[in-house]
Amino acid sequence: MTNNKDKTLGETLRSQGISRRSFLKYCAATASMMALSPAMIPKIAHALESARRPSVIWLSFQECTGCTESLTRAHTATIESLIFDAISLDYHHTLQAASGHAAEEAREAAMKENFGKYLLVVDGSIPMDNPGYSTIAGISNYDMLMESAKGAAAIIAVGTCATYGGIPHANPNPTGAVSVGDLIKDKPIINVPGCPPIPVVITGVLTHFLTFGTIPELDHIGRPKVFYGQSIHDRCYRRPFYDKGLFAETFDDEGAKKGWCLYKLGCKGPTTYNACATTKWNDGTSWPIEAGHPCLGCSEPDFWDGGGFYKSLSMPTENIAQTAVYAAAGAVAAGVALGAMNKSKKNSAAKAHNKTTIDDLEK
Amino acid sequence: MNEIEFLSWVRGQGFQIAVIIFIAGVIIRFAEILLLGRKANIAEAKGSEMSGGMRTIVSRSFPDKNTFQRSTFTVVAGYIFHIGLFVTIFLFAPHILMFKDVIGFGWPSLPTPIVDAMAVVTIIALLAVLTHRMRDTVLKFITTKEDYLVWMLTILPLITGYMAFHRIGMTAPTLLAIHILSVELLLVVFPFTKLMHAFTFALSRWYNGAISGYRGVQS
Amino acid sequence: MSETTPHQPDAVKFNIQIGDTLTHNVKPLLHEIKHALDKLIETGKSTIIDLRSIPLAPGEEEKILNTLGQGEVQAQLNALGLSEITETQYAGVWIVTHYNDEQHVISRFIEVTTMPEILCSQTEDVMEAYSRLTLDLADT
Ligand code: SF4
Ligand code: SF4
Repeated sequence: MTNNKDKTLGETLRSQGISRRSFLKYCAATASMMALSPAMIPKIAHALESARRPSVIWLSFQECTGCTESLTRAHTATIESLIFDAISLDYHHTLQAASGHAAEEAREAAMKENFGKYLLVVDGSIPMDNPGYSTIAGISNYDMLMESAKGAAAIIAVGTCATYGGIPHANPNPTGAVSVGDLIKDKPIINVPGCPPIPVVITGVLTHFLTFGTIPELDHIGRPKVFYGQSIHDRCYRRPFYDKGLFAETFDDEGAKKGWCLYKLGCKGPTTYNACATTKWNDGTSWPIEAGHPCLGCSEPDFWDGGGFYKSLSMPTENIAQTAVYAAAGAVAAGVALGAMNKSKKNSAAKAHNKTTIDDLEK
Repeated sequence: MNEIEFLSWVRGQGFQIAVIIFIAGVIIRFAEILLLGRKANIAEAKGSEMSGGMRTIVSRSFPDKNTFQRSTFTVVAGYIFHIGLFVTIFLFAPHILMFKDVIGFGWPSLPTPIVDAMAVVTIIALLAVLTHRMRDTVLKFITTKEDYLVWMLTILPLITGYMAFHRIGMTAPTLLAIHILSVELLLVVFPFTKLMHAFTFALSRWYNGAISGYRGVQS
Repeated sequence: MSETTPHQPDAVKFNIQIGDTLTHNVKPLLHEIKHALDKLIETGKSTIIDLRSIPLAPGEEEKILNTLGQGEVQAQLNALGLSEITETQYAGVWIVTHYNDEQHVISRFIEVTTMPEILCSQTEDVMEAYSRLTLDLADT
């Protein structure tokens, strides 16, 4: 493995007996995966030919391993696994065989050897209230992140926890969880949110970095525009029903069976930017809305605190009826008091008012 | 604050604050008006206050021929934007969901394209009304700053709502949040400006009708 | 869903039936193909359309494939899993489907060209073949 590091990807593949035709197929699949135009295929082929295998260090903090699970789903198939042959995953404490000190040594060695060049991937949020909430080999998440970030060429934050705090950060945020971007300001960070992110989006971003050695174009909250450039709602195949005003009212009514829009069931598609509607899940089999469930908005900050998954976007998140009743009760009292004051003012004004007499007019 | 936090705030606390001010404001204004009372009328009644008052509440909704001929534009444009406001506020499916959440019941919605078209018509009518106001010397003279403010706050939710629906210019969460915020602004100033006429029109018409009814004349 | 499960609940099937009613992306795509054919005739330039980049309702992809139909050529590729390359009933319009080892579709393209690039023998492979044959002949 180690001696492969100096070879370009093209050389590595050729030494594995992979034909040019296979390589072209790989490039076509890669272009499709990175949501790039097919016109880019020759460019991708050229770039991949000469790409070198970057060292990747993967850190997992306060997370549920869902992101890694998602990623390994993309790992089973030949084409995608080529991408993993194409990188050198030097540290990933869930996937690697080594553990404890041996693992930490591997991380330190990789960091030293590739200082300034390695790619740091992070999933999970970082607890700031008490470092003891989450540690690896006795090292707090914060320390490990800061130390590993120093020599990184770029950081990819994978999953909504690492990108925006995610579920640990949900109200009342018991661990004081923060995102990678909250702590690190001096490195390029690519945010790949989702709970979990779509597997091919993770590999797509990795591949982009691998292929072009650059950071893809990001939106205002750090997400690659190729995957997060359009909202679920704008690419949703149920959109014609939304536009016509045809909604499923419950999960089992006629509308639901006819595949009408899920807005009334709480769909967050209109405010959520992710690739589900086109890339879909499970190798393009289907996706949540196609399966009849509204979008939860999992790739957006604070999606867990959006007032309930089944509450429509146009509904207020607080109990407004109760607020209104309290406001009304208070106001009635205040109104009566004010009214009484005004009335007494009026009465005294009336009393103070002198009647005009003939004498006055003759003055 | 990121855009999703902004959206959460306007859907949560912001909405709460706006509703408190709106409800409290409206009730206090009503209490003030009603508790002030009127002087007892010592003239002999020549007809019924109640029937005259009630009739006027309805009858003043239709312009008489003279008024119509004198200010056709004001009447027509006024009608259009009032009906338009009613349709866009109360017959758009997502809005009805909001009402249902707050008051516990909903009602059928109009198809979205109709509401969409109505929004455009309403915006045009409001623009026309303003242009008319600015070009007419007398009208312009009697227009106060408050009038312009009220006009602004009325057209803003329409424009932001249209933009949010068609997703023009900004990201979707920001557009939606701005739309909700514009409605909250409207709610907040509502009780303290002439927007109150949405409620008080009934009272004042009733008074007018009642006075005439008492005198036994037609209002 | 096969015939072996006759009593499946409605909820499982509902999505598939609406394919016919939701064709807002099918027509434009077919028109795009027509333009691409025109371009091929006029300038000889080919066009590739990535089917994954288009939001399609359940059943719409099948609809597109059915409309394009089967033509004269059907080829199979064995490179990192299977690939199917078929000419549709409209000559010059090809469907290229790449599968992985597990027979999952990993990408599907509509290529408007006289010959999809991936079918041609690649220069690198030809060169490699030449040296291999040379070696093999030298051995015997
Ligand atoms: S189901 Fe959701 S994303 Fe799709 S059209 Fe309806 S609201 Fe938009
Ligand atoms: S449909 Fe929405 S909630 Fe579901 S995975 Fe996609 S972005 Fe996340």
